[in-house]
Parts: sequence; structure tokens; C-alpha cells
Amino acid sequence: MKSEARIAYLFAMPWILGFLTFLLYPVMASFFYSFTDFSVLRPPRFIGLENYKEMVQDEVFWMTIRNTFTYVVAAVPLSATVAIILAMLLNTKVKGLAFYRTLFYVPSLVPMVALGILWLWIFNGEHGLLNMSLEKLGMSKPPNWLGDPAWSKVTLVLIAMWGSGNAMVIYLAGLQDIPQSLYEAADLDGARLVAKTRHVTLPMLSPVILFNVIMGMIGALQVFAVPYVMFPNGAPARSTYFFTTYLFDNAFRFQRMGYASAMGWVLFLITLTLTFVALRLSERQVHYDRS
Amino acid sequence: MNIRTIAVTAAALGVLGYLVYRSEDATTRKPVANKVTVLYWEKWTGDEAQKMRRIVNNFNASQDHIYVKMLSISGVADKTLLAASGGNPPDVAGLWDTQMTQFKDAGALTDLAPLAAEFGIKEEDYIPGYWKLMSPGGTLVAFPTTPASTALHINKKFLKPGEVPPQTLEELDAFTDRISKVKDGKVELAGFMPAEPGWWNWGWGYWFGGKLIDGDKLTINSPENIRAFEWVLSYSKRFGVRETQNFQSGFGNFSSPQNPFMSEKVVSVMQGVWMANFIDLYNKKLPWIAVPFPLPKDQQHLKGMNFIAMDTLVIPTGAKHKREAFEFIAFVQRQDQMELLCSSHGKNSPLVKVTDKFFNTHLNPYIRLFDELARSPNAAYIPQIGIWPQMDSELKNAFTEINLGTKTPKEALDAAQARLDPQWRRYQQQVMGRSITTAEAKP
Repeated sequence: MKSEARIAYLFAMPWILGFLTFLLYPVMASFFYSFTDFSVLRPPRFIGLENYKEMVQDEVFWMTIRNTFTYVVAAVPLSATVAIILAMLLNTKVKGLAFYRTLFYVPSLVPMVALGILWLWIFNGEHGLLNMSLEKLGMSKPPNWLGDPAWSKVTLVLIAMWGSGNAMVIYLAGLQDIPQSLYEAADLDGARLVAKTRHVTLPMLSPVILFNVIMGMIGALQVFAVPYVMFPNGAPARSTYFFTTYLFDNAFRFQRMGYASAMGWVLFLITLTLTFVALRLSERQVHYDRS
Repeated sequence: MNIRTIAVTAAALGVLGYLVYRSEDATTRKPVANKVTVLYWEKWTGDEAQKMRRIVNNFNASQDHIYVKMLSISGVADKTLLAASGGNPPDVAGLWDTQMTQFKDAGALTDLAPLAAEFGIKEEDYIPGYWKLMSPGGTLVAFPTTPASTALHINKKFLKPGEVPPQTLEELDAFTDRISKVKDGKVELAGFMPAEPGWWNWGWGYWFGGKLIDGDKLTINSPENIRAFEWVLSYSKRFGVRETQNFQSGFGNFSSPQNPFMSEKVVSVMQGVWMANFIDLYNKKLPWIAVPFPLPKDQQHLKGMNFIAMDTLVIPTGAKHKREAFEFIAFVQRQDQMELLCSSHGKNSPLVKVTDKFFNTHLNPYIRLFDELARSPNAAYIPQIGIWPQMDSELKNAFTEINLGTKTPKEALDAAQARLDPQWRRYQQQVMGRSITTAEAKP
């Protein structure tokens, strides 16, 4: 038994070493650096809470917080709704179901940078497919999705729905796990589709919804690649300048690793708090007991 | 564990080890026939890298004790910095002039003055503006690969026969008014747009006698800069904010046939000496001329004003073969090699002495103009300040806000100044180790 345990640890060792070296150490180091002025090459200089104090007065920092929260509040519920609707549609017995499931899942496999380039063309104000279609439908002045600060975040929220495939698969698994007997009982009570959705499907799916919403929220708080590719420098007028983009700029453009580390820890605390709040608020709404 | 498991594990480890060994081989020094290997990381890829490789090959062929191994590296600046921090940087790195001050202040670059003296390379060999870019704050930290100067490029189709190109900024405005076409709320043709290509949006103030830094003081919201941004604003008013946005969003990439100048959507643009190469590549038939970018009527004393810039070679701190690395850099600085490289990249030469052959065989028919502009005492370049990335970011934002009409030029530049002042003070204290007096600390 002891020998087996030793072998197990031996096999787990590459992961353990990787975890200690590439995750735990950088995480701990970044905590230390968050209290320093550190520009990579020079030794870090301890400055106490200066980075955190500076953040409080940094208006761009607050702007990125506002942008990120607006994005989270819009993108997460919308993506979840789209994913649930898709999952419910794909949970019906229609011909070619496997094809549709694949079709809706495939977009979430497209690499983020490629996705950004693709959407740049679709949302192009002058020659974009979307605006050309809107013009054909009679809209004389369709929005300038990429150049107008009023529309740039809307563009990103719409793009976020493109990746609903991942969540959809999880919802689909959750839907298939709901006992058929509950629907039969609802049928006997004369419930129709809306009532069944409200009183059976959604309550039974609630743990999955909570999981997906929390994961979606964490992902949305860290939104980076698509806005970075589509809207350089947070353009137009910093309307798409998100928390992680500003963190990246501080670390690698401005060489302010200390400030970037402090921002990283603030993001961690925000994520932790929001997750905790989501869990507490959902205690009465989420049904875990299926007995 | 049975024998099969052990065999599979051993095979997997073997493959992993081989991959690690090969990747090590690809990215680090490996002695070549008893020569010192100088590792050279370059930002250029594709055709530009190939042309640099020719110079590297020439150097290697001339050597019996040094071998330069050139690698094209994406994100070369960040990687050089991190490699230097990890104690294993390349011996030579090809960076941009925009990073020199920040990198120098971070202690990432070797002072090249002693090696330059040893190899007999002198300040007088270089055009003064480029020498200043090579030595931010008076410390020689870089040597050029290819430099550039800038001029107004005009599509000749839109000039009347015998018409003299715009000589003043006011004439350029009038030229724009005459030939621009706006139909049904859509811009179809623009004579000129300050936002195209957008690479010098930070610098329009220089045309009005402004600066971004004066001595140690940031002068972002100086009256000259505000006047320049008001001129910028006049263009978005001329075409309409929304119309300008839509028009610009239809522009293709710079390096493509959809480039607005090459696709004849914008008639005149400020561009660098390299433009001839791209015109040759994407629209050979485009009739064009290059002239000095016009100045406002009341700023004619700034004649020769243009932006100069350059690609650089540096030796990062901690490089293992500094002397050998500099031997390679010195080879690139030789007039024959420099002219070979610059002409193949479509650039002017950074050297004071230029052969007639260089001018006569250069692809750019206006190469003499670009050479003159580079030598102009009024030639300007990005401010040599370590917070340039922050300044660039703030000015880009101000430029957009002004064009969108969300802020007036004064409001936008005041806001940029207010954000940059404390950052500059902090940088001076934390990075440059300078103490700031109370009087200085006040914005």
C-alpha cells in the first residue's frame, strides 16, 4: 500500500511541481510585489500600501471598474438566457438534433483572436455585414458599432453570446438529468409549457444555472482577448478599457509590475466577494435536493 | 507497475526530453565550429527579417570567431525585458526608438559609449536627430538599423495640371475642402484627415510650435497644443463626427491594398519614407508625390519640421557576449551594409555620409527629400521620457475624445495633463530616484 502511495505521488509530482512553481509561487510573489514599486529589472522597493492608495485616486482604474461591471451585468445574464433557451430547444426531439447541437457548440471553439478579427468585419460601420443587412431592412443610419462609445460595449456584449455553446452543453446535461416523472406530474396537473418551465425546469436546473452564472461572471470580469484585439487602447474614448486590459498595460507597457500586482489582488477580492454574494443570494432559489 | 507501463513511461519521458533539448537548441546559443555565438532577437518578420538576415549573413561570412544567430521574436520588447530580468537575455535585440528611454531608465540597456569609442564610431558619423534618439538622456544605448523621416504624400491625380502642392496648412485645408466628396451623409473622398494613419496623433502640436515636454515640465495643455487639437477638431466638424467614424471604419489595414491612400479614399496622408515600398507592392500605378508636410502660415520658421524615428539595435543588460555583440552592431553601421539594409527596407540612411549610388538606385523617387528632412534641425521625435507609453495612451484618448466631440481640446488636454503630472512625478521619484521638492510637486 505504501509502495502504491509512493508511486501515486511520483506520478502526481510533475503536476505538484508545476503547481508550486508556476502557480503558487507567482501568486504569492504577486502579493508581495503589490506592496512594492517593481519595474522588472530593478529590485522591488517596498512602498507599503501606496499602490492601493493610488488606485483609489486613479480615475482610469475606476473607469475600467465601471466598464467591466457594465459588461458583466449585461453579458452574463444575456449569455445565460441564450444558452438556456438553446439548451431547451436542443432538448426536444427533433430531426437532426446531433447536427444542431454541434452547430451551436462549434462557435465556442473558435480562438479568441480569430474571433476578434472576424467580428471586426461583421461590425464594420461602413462595409460590415450587420450594417449592410440593417440598411437593407430599411434602417437609414445603423449604429457605428466600433467607433461610437455608446455602441462599443453593446458590440462586445453581443459577441459574448457567440460563446454560449460551452454553457449550453452544461445546461443540456442538466436538463437531461431532470426526472421525467416531474413533467408527467405537471402534465396531470394541467401545466402547459410556460408553467412547466417555471415550476419544473428552472428550479431543477437552478444548481446548473448558479454554476454557469458564477463561471460566466468570473470569465466576464477577466474579459481581455476580444476587446484587446478589436478595440486597441480601449477605444473609442476608453469605452472598452476593461480591468484586465489596464492591468496588462500597467504590467507590460508601463512596466509597473507592483501596481499591476495590486490590481490583480483587487480583482481577486472582487471576484471572491461577488461569488460569495451570488452564493448567499441564491441559497433560497437553488434547489439541490432532488429526492 | 508492469514492464509495459514502464516502457510507455520511459518512451514518453524520452520524447519530452528530446523536445526540451530541441527547443533549447532553437532559442539559445549553441557553439558553431568554435565560434562565439551571438544571439540576436529581432522584431521583424517576413520580408523585412529576410533583408536583415542578408546583413547577418554578410557578417557571418566575414567572421572567423563570431557567429550571429538571428531569431525573429514576436513581442520582442517584453521578452527581452523578462529575459534580462531572468539573467539570460539575447546579446543583441532589435527594438524601437519609442522604448529606449523607458528601457534605459529600467536599467535594461548597456551603455554603448565605451565600445563605440573602442570601435571608432563617433557622434559626427550620424545625422544629429538620430544620434539624439540613440542616446536618450545623453547615454548612448542604441544604434540604428533603419531610420525614417516623414512627409506629406499626395495622390497626383487630384492636383490640377501645374498645381503647386499645398505650401501651408491653410492651403492643405483649402485643398481638402475643394476635393473632398460627401454625398447623402457619407464621406466618399477625403482630401486629408489628421487621424489617418493615426500614428502621429500625439504630435500635431509640434506643427504649431508646441512641445509635450519642456525641460522637466510636461506641457501637454500648452496653448500651441490646444491650437493644434482645435485644428484636428476642425476636420471632424468638416466631415461630421459620425460620418468620419463610418468612413474610417471602412479603411483596410495599412499594409494592404485597402489602405485608404492606396485605395484612393484619402488623397493626402502624412507617411514615412517606407511608403514608396508599400505603394510599389499594392498599387504600383498610383501617381504620387511627396512634399514636406505644410506648416501653418505663422509657423514658417519651423521649415523642415517632420517626425523622425528609427529601429534600433541594443545590447541588453546581462548579455553574455557584449564585445562580440557590438562587433556585429559596428558591422551593421558600416556605410556599405547600412545602405544595403536601408535601401532594401525603403528607408533613408542614418549616416551623415551617403553615396550617390544609394540615392540613385533607391526605390523611393523622393529619397533625397526624406534625407533632407531627416537632417533638418527642426526634425522632431517622440519625447524622450520614461512615461512615454502612458503619455501616448493619454494623448490617444484625448485625440479620440476631441474627435468625438465629448470634450473640447482644452478640456481633453487639461485632463491628460492632470493625469500625467502625478505619474511623471512618481516616475521621477520611484524609477529615476529623484527627490521632488514641494514647489515642483504642485501641478
